[in-house]
Amino acid sequence: MRHTEICIVGGGPAGLTAALRAAALGAAVLLIDRNDYLGGQLIKQTHRFFGSKQQRASERGINIARELAYAVQEEEKITVLTEATALGYYKDGVVLVEQNEKIIKIKPKKLIVATGGAEKTLLFPNNDLPGVYGAGAVQTLVNVYGVKPGKRVLMVGAGNIGVIVSYQLLQAGVEVAGIVEAAPRIGAYWVHASKVVRAGVPIYTSHTIKRAWGESEVEGATIVQLDENWQPIEGTEKDFDVDVICLSVGLSPLTELLWQAGCKMEFVPELGGRVPVRNENLETSVPGIYVAGDVSGIEEASAAMMEGALAGLNAARALGYNAPDLLQRKAEILKELEGLRSGPVGEKIRTGLAKVTC
Amino acid sequence: MLAQNGVPAPEDLAEVMPSEERLARGPVAMAECFQNIPCDPCYHSCRRQAIKPFSDINDRPQIDHELCNGCGMCLSRCPGLAIFVIDQTYGEKEALVKIPYEYLPLPGEGDVVEAVNRAGETVGEARVAKVQSGAKLDGTAIVWLVVPRELSMEVRHFKIKGGR
Repeated sequence: MRHTEICIVGGGPAGLTAALRAAALGAAVLLIDRNDYLGGQLIKQTHRFFGSKQQRASERGINIARELAYAVQEEEKITVLTEATALGYYKDGVVLVEQNEKIIKIKPKKLIVATGGAEKTLLFPNNDLPGVYGAGAVQTLVNVYGVKPGKRVLMVGAGNIGVIVSYQLLQAGVEVAGIVEAAPRIGAYWVHASKVVRAGVPIYTSHTIKRAWGESEVEGATIVQLDENWQPIEGTEKDFDVDVICLSVGLSPLTELLWQAGCKMEFVPELGGRVPVRNENLETSVPGIYVAGDVSGIEEASAAMMEGALAGLNAARALGYNAPDLLQRKAEILKELEGLRSGPVGEKIRTGLAKVTC
Repeated sequence: MLAQNGVPAPEDLAEVMPSEERLARGPVAMAECFQNIPCDPCYHSCRRQAIKPFSDINDRPQIDHELCNGCGMCLSRCPGLAIFVIDQTYGEKEALVKIPYEYLPLPGEGDVVEAVNRAGETVGEARVAKVQSGAKLDGTAIVWLVVPRELSMEVRHFKIKGGR
């Protein structure tokens, strides 16, 4: 049995920041991640981030990942386990972890769950053909491994991820035939959309994918226009010769550990599905278990980093660690987070959070 | 319509376009940022305080075209690649459009490329006057395109001939 003060599950933006902030207060942290690298989704984010200067806006996610991972590895109070998968959480507060085909039992005083999200999929005929990918998988292939998923892609979903991954496909020299979006409006920031549109990629709002076709792999796709009730309009079908269909239709929080721990969960569509009820300190209904990042509601990396910072500070504080300016540090982060969520594009998040924050 | 197809409408553009009179006096930046999103690096990048202070991180950039000298510092800092510099005094009949560009290969100076508008359509030809790149720009090159003056408010992208 390994004992630690704080165990953090997930080494993405939220987990890394939580580890750094908790360790800075003096807490001993054990950070585990199932990948063989730290950084989570940040390592695929080759584009510049939005946000404020304090939130490292205009920096590229991949550089933020390197910096955070380096700082974590330099920090003596933090122990990192990579290629380590959290398998379960037990009644006696033990986190069961598998690493190198061995089981490790971890008994932390506080647990921060920063497991992130998983991609959703979409139902349509032939969606099981090879060549149908999630946008995250495509981004991993292209930006992490330098592998093109195919020659010509149809992107489904014009949210930020769909549009950004389309842009990154263009950068990698892959053709993007178009972006299909069922909603009547582009969900991505319009500047992202304008970037791919001027590069020759049309965006079809109020359209959805009707079917994929192909014998043993994707050879094409048919899209169809939707009316104001989201019903297909007959006769508006368009065919695309593509060998890749990329699905970017949202994420859902990866909450298994929270369910096992008995955390109170609520279904909040604005946050991507079932999410934990939490207080202002990001502590769930189970005392000592904190959440940060997409697991607590699908948002984006800047918010995840700030939530991580808060969870890290709060967990360390609960262990008795303190700093003269702790309250001020927390207040500053809360203010930045509020600013980030305050505009029209943050409305969905605000609505969702109001339902689960007590 | 921007929200439907990603192409800003003429009335959107009219709102952020420098005046004819200002354009006639030399290079100036134009921020094609039409949505209130939480983002402010452009404000911090400007050394002349030509981009007005944000009272809220969700404000849109307001460029004071009188203070702006078209230096282009903001171009490579905008995560949306939405700021351009236009110089209508570049030549007798030619204008210069500076474009933030993140594709490889970069064009060569002197190359003639296809001039592309906001909708992705080729509208003419452009000559590459200069390419700024390097570590300081962190992967966002600035390509100086010489275009016929009447296209200076149209051209916002380019295609290398025979390429993408």
